[in-house]
Amino acid sequence: MMTIGRRGVLGGVAAGVLAMPAIRARAQQQGVKIGLVAVQTGPQAALGTQLRDGFLLGVKHLDGKLGGLAVQVVDIDDELRPEVAVTKTRAALERDKVDFVVGVVFSNILQAIMRPVTETNTFLISTNAGPSTFAGRGCNPFFFTTSYNNDQVHSVMGQAAQDEGYKRVFIMVPNYQAGRDAVHGFKSRFKGEVVDEVYVPLNQLDFSAELARIAAAKPDALFTFMPGGLGVNLVRQYRQAGLANIPFLSTFTVDEATLPAQQDAALGFFSAAPWAPNMDNEQNRRFVRDFEAAHNYVPGSYAAQAYDGAMLLDSAIRRVKGNLADKQALRAALEAADFRSVRGNFKFGTNHYPVQDFWLCKVAKRPDGKFQTETVRKVLENNVDPFAAECRLR
Amino acid sequence: MSTQLLLVQALNGLQFGVLLFLVAAGLTLVFGVMDFINLAHGVQYMLGAYLGASFAAWTGGFWAGLVLALPVALACGLVLEVLVFRHLYDRDHLSQVLATFGVILFLNQALRAIWGTAPLQVPMPELLTGGITLMPGLQYPVYRLAILGAGLATAGLLWLLVERTRVGALVRAGATNAPMVAALGVDIRRLFMLVFGFGAMLAGFAGVMAAPILSVEPGMGDTVLILAFVVIVIGGIGSVRGAFLAALLVGLIETLGRSLMPDLMRLFLAPSPARQAGAAIASMLVYIAMAAILAVRPQGLFPVRTG
Amino acid sequence: MRTRIRESALPLLVLALLAAAPFLGFGEGWAMTLLARAMILAMAAVSLSFILGGAGLISLGHAAMLGFGAYAVVILDDAGITEAAVVVPVAVAAAASFALLTGAVAIRTSGVHFIMITLAFGQMAFFTAASLAGYGGDDGYTLYSRTSLGGTRWLEDRLVFHYACLGLLVLSLLLCRMLLASRFGRVLRAAKESSLRVRAVGFDPYPYRLVAYGIAGGIAGLAGVMLANATEFVAPSYIAWQRSGDLLFMVILGGVGSLHGAVLGALAFVLVEEWLGHITEHWRLIFGPLLILAVLFLRGGLAGLPAQLLGARNRG
Repeated sequence: MMTIGRRGVLGGVAAGVLAMPAIRARAQQQGVKIGLVAVQTGPQAALGTQLRDGFLLGVKHLDGKLGGLAVQVVDIDDELRPEVAVTKTRAALERDKVDFVVGVVFSNILQAIMRPVTETNTFLISTNAGPSTFAGRGCNPFFFTTSYNNDQVHSVMGQAAQDEGYKRVFIMVPNYQAGRDAVHGFKSRFKGEVVDEVYVPLNQLDFSAELARIAAAKPDALFTFMPGGLGVNLVRQYRQAGLANIPFLSTFTVDEATLPAQQDAALGFFSAAPWAPNMDNEQNRRFVRDFEAAHNYVPGSYAAQAYDGAMLLDSAIRRVKGNLADKQALRAALEAADFRSVRGNFKFGTNHYPVQDFWLCKVAKRPDGKFQTETVRKVLENNVDPFAAECRLR
Repeated sequence: MSTQLLLVQALNGLQFGVLLFLVAAGLTLVFGVMDFINLAHGVQYMLGAYLGASFAAWTGGFWAGLVLALPVALACGLVLEVLVFRHLYDRDHLSQVLATFGVILFLNQALRAIWGTAPLQVPMPELLTGGITLMPGLQYPVYRLAILGAGLATAGLLWLLVERTRVGALVRAGATNAPMVAALGVDIRRLFMLVFGFGAMLAGFAGVMAAPILSVEPGMGDTVLILAFVVIVIGGIGSVRGAFLAALLVGLIETLGRSLMPDLMRLFLAPSPARQAGAAIASMLVYIAMAAILAVRPQGLFPVRTG
Repeated sequence: MRTRIRESALPLLVLALLAAAPFLGFGEGWAMTLLARAMILAMAAVSLSFILGGAGLISLGHAAMLGFGAYAVVILDDAGITEAAVVVPVAVAAAASFALLTGAVAIRTSGVHFIMITLAFGQMAFFTAASLAGYGGDDGYTLYSRTSLGGTRWLEDRLVFHYACLGLLVLSLLLCRMLLASRFGRVLRAAKESSLRVRAVGFDPYPYRLVAYGIAGGIAGLAGVMLANATEFVAPSYIAWQRSGDLLFMVILGGVGSLHGAVLGALAFVLVEEWLGHITEHWRLIFGPLLILAVLFLRGGLAGLPAQLLGARNRG
C-alpha cells in the first residue's frame, strides 16, 4: 500500500500550494485514491485513530489493493470543525482527485461535507456517523454507511430496558442534537416511566450534581449517551459515587476507545451495538487478532466498521473490474455489499443504511487484563432503521 | 429538590471550586505580579495530569505519581519561563497572548505525539476510595472530600505564604507596583521565576488531583483555562483572596445552576423545552454572572491596584 | 508623499495578487475555496483591527458577530428567503445591533476586563446557537443554495464569488481607513492614547467607541454572510471562543497598528496552516514555535516586515 502521506507525496503537494500548475500536470495514475476523514485533533482524536487504524488494516489485509487497484490514502484531519472539514475535503476532491471519501466519526462533520462530496458525483462511505438526516427523505444515491442509523442503536437500548422489565428509567445525555436524538431513539421502544431527563453541557467535566440527582431518584436503571471523554468521566464518577448497583445502560459510552481509561470502573456496564470484539466468526477473529498485534489496543466499533468499509470498497471495485467511471455500475456494486463482514451477515437497505442485527453488550475483563465489550444477547434481528421508508431511492 | 440534595450539590460546587482555585491561583499571581497574560497555563494543568498518569502507571501508585509529577511540572514551568516567557515580560499584552498561544499549540501537539490520542486513566489511591455516608441515604465519595481538603489546605498555605512571609510581601508589593519593588533593589527576575514556577506547579497539582476523577485527554486544559480566567477577573486580578472566593463562586454557580436551572425553567415552560432551555442557560450562567459583576464592578470583586 | 506610496505599496501588491490569483494557477476549486476563506476571515480581521488598533478595544468575542451574520443567512434560508437585498441588510443589522447592545455594557470596562466581558457575550451567543434545535443545534445547518443576487445565482460561480469576497474586503478596508482618518477616527485614536486628555477637551469617548464597535460588528456580520455562503454550512463552532482567538491572532500577527496588517495576518494564518498541515500531521509542532518567533522578532507584525528589513539594511 502506498500511503500518500506525510512527508512523501503530500510534502510535494505542500510545495505545490505555491506552484500549482506543476501538480495539475501530474498524470492520473492507475489506482484508487481514498480520502480518509478522521478527527486527529482534540479530545475526540482517539476515535479518529481507531477509525484510521481499522481502515488501514483492511487495506493491509487486501495486500494494499482494493478490488485489484493499488490504494493511496489521503489523510484528512477534520479537527472536528465543519468549515475546516469542508475546505480540506474539497482540496482532496479537486487537487488529489480522490475516488472515494471514507470515514467520518461525527455527524456534524458528515453533514458539512455531504454536499461538496456528493455534488461531484463521488461516493461518500461513512464508517461511523449515521445521522437520520440522510436516512429518510434526505437519502442520497452517492452516500452509503457501514455503521447504522444513530437512532437504531439508542432504540436497541430502549428495547433492552423494556425486555428487562425496568419500570422507571433515568435519562442523561449531553445537550446537543445527537443527545436529543438519543433520548428520542430510546423512548421509541421503551414504554415505562422516564423519571427524569437531564441534559448536560457538551464540555462537562464533573457529573457530581447529576449523580446526586440520580441517587435521590432511585431509578430501576440509567440510560445515558456520553461519547468520548464525557463517558470516561461519567463512568468513573458513577462507580465512585456508589451507584453501580443501578444498571448502567449506555450507547457509545463504554466502548473500546474509552475502556482503557475506564477499566474496572466500567465492568458490568451495558452498551448496544451491531458488533463486539468477541463475535465468533472467522473474519472477525482475524480482524481482532491482527489489529491487536499491530496496534496493541483492542479495536472498537469505529475500527471494525472502517475495516468493513475497506472490504465493501474492495468488493465493489472488484465487481466493476476497476472501472470507477461508470457510477451506475459502481453504485449497484456497492449496494450488493458482497463481502464478509466482521458482524457476520450484512446487507444494505434501500436507503444505503445497513439492515443488521443489534446486540446488548456488556463490559468484561479478558484473561490478559484488557477490557472489551462482549455480546450478551441479540435484541433486534435484521433491523431496518425507522427512516428508510421515507427514502425515495428506488 | 430536597435540602439534602442541595447540600450535596453545594459540596460538589465547592469541590469543583477549589480545583479551579488551584489553577487560577498561579494565573492570578503571574498576571498580577508580572503583568503577564499566560494562556499556556491551562496546558500546564494538562501536563500535570499527563505526568501524574504516566508516573502512576510507572510506579504503580497514585501517591508516587503525585510526588514525582510535581517537581517535573515545576521544572517544565521553569524551562518554559527561561526559553519563552522571560523574553515577553516587557512586551504588551497582545504579544504575550499570541506567543503563549503558540506555546499552547506546541505543547498540545507534543503531548499528543508523546502520549497518543486515547484518554489515560489514573488509579484512585486505595486509601481514598469508597464513600462516606454524610446523611442517611446520601453517600459522598471520599476522594472528592480529599480534593476539597487538599484545595483548602493549599489555599491556607498560600495565604500564609503571601501574607506572612518576606517573599509574600514582595509578591504583594509586586502586584501593586512592580517597578517600585525593582527600584528598591529586589532581584525582580528571581522573584518572577519563583512565582512562575510555583504557579506552574499549582496548576500541575490541580491536574494530578483531577486525574482520577476526570478523563486525562488532549485539550483538557482549554475548558479549565477559560474558567480560570473568568475566576481571576471576577476576583480581581492579582488577588489570591479574590481568586479563592471567585473560584468557589464559579464552582457553585456551575454546579447549582446546572441542577436548579431546569427546575426553575419549568415554572415558565413545558417540561421538555424547559429542560433544554434550562441546560442552555445553565451553561451560560457563569458568563452571565461575570458580565453582570464586571458591569457593576469593572475591576472585579477584590481589586488589588487602586487608581 | 514617497513614504505614503511605500506604505500603501504592500497592501496594494497583496490585493493585486489576490485579484490575479485565479489566473496564476490558483484557479482550481480547492485553492479558490481556501483563498475565499482567507479573504473572508481577513474581512473580519480588518474589522477587529479597526477597533483594536483604532480604539484599543481587544475583543475576544468577535466571532459572535460573524456568527450573527451566518445565522441570519440560515434563519432566512429556513424561511425561504435567499435574496441578498434582504439577507445582507438583515445580517449586518443583526450583527451591528448585537455589537451595540453588548458593547454598551462592555465598553464601560477596559483592558483585560473588556477582553473577558466580550468573551462572556461571545459564549452566550455560542450556547444560544447550539440550542437552536430548529436550525440543527450543534450539528449545524446545510445551506442548499447560496444567497441570490437580484434573483440570479451568480454567487454559485466560483470566480464571481472570489471577486465578491475580494471586493467586499477592499470595501471594508477603505471604509475602516476612511473612518480612522476622519474626525471620528481622530477622537477614537486620541482616546486610545489618553482617555483623560480627550475628556479634558470636552469629548466623551464612550459614544465614539460604541459606534466604532457597532460598525466593526456590522462588517464582521457581512463577513459571516460570506462565510456561510463559502462553506454552504453553518455551525455553532463558528462562534466558539477559539475562533475569536484565531481572529485576534491574525490581527496581532499582521501588526496591530495597520489595517492591512490584518489582511496579511489572515492570509498567513490560513495559508501557513494549510501548507504545514500537508507536510506533517504534527504541524502544530512547527506552527506554535513560528508564532513565538514572530512575536519575538517581528515587532511590527507582518505589516512591519518590509520596514524592518529596509531598516536593517540601512543600518547595516
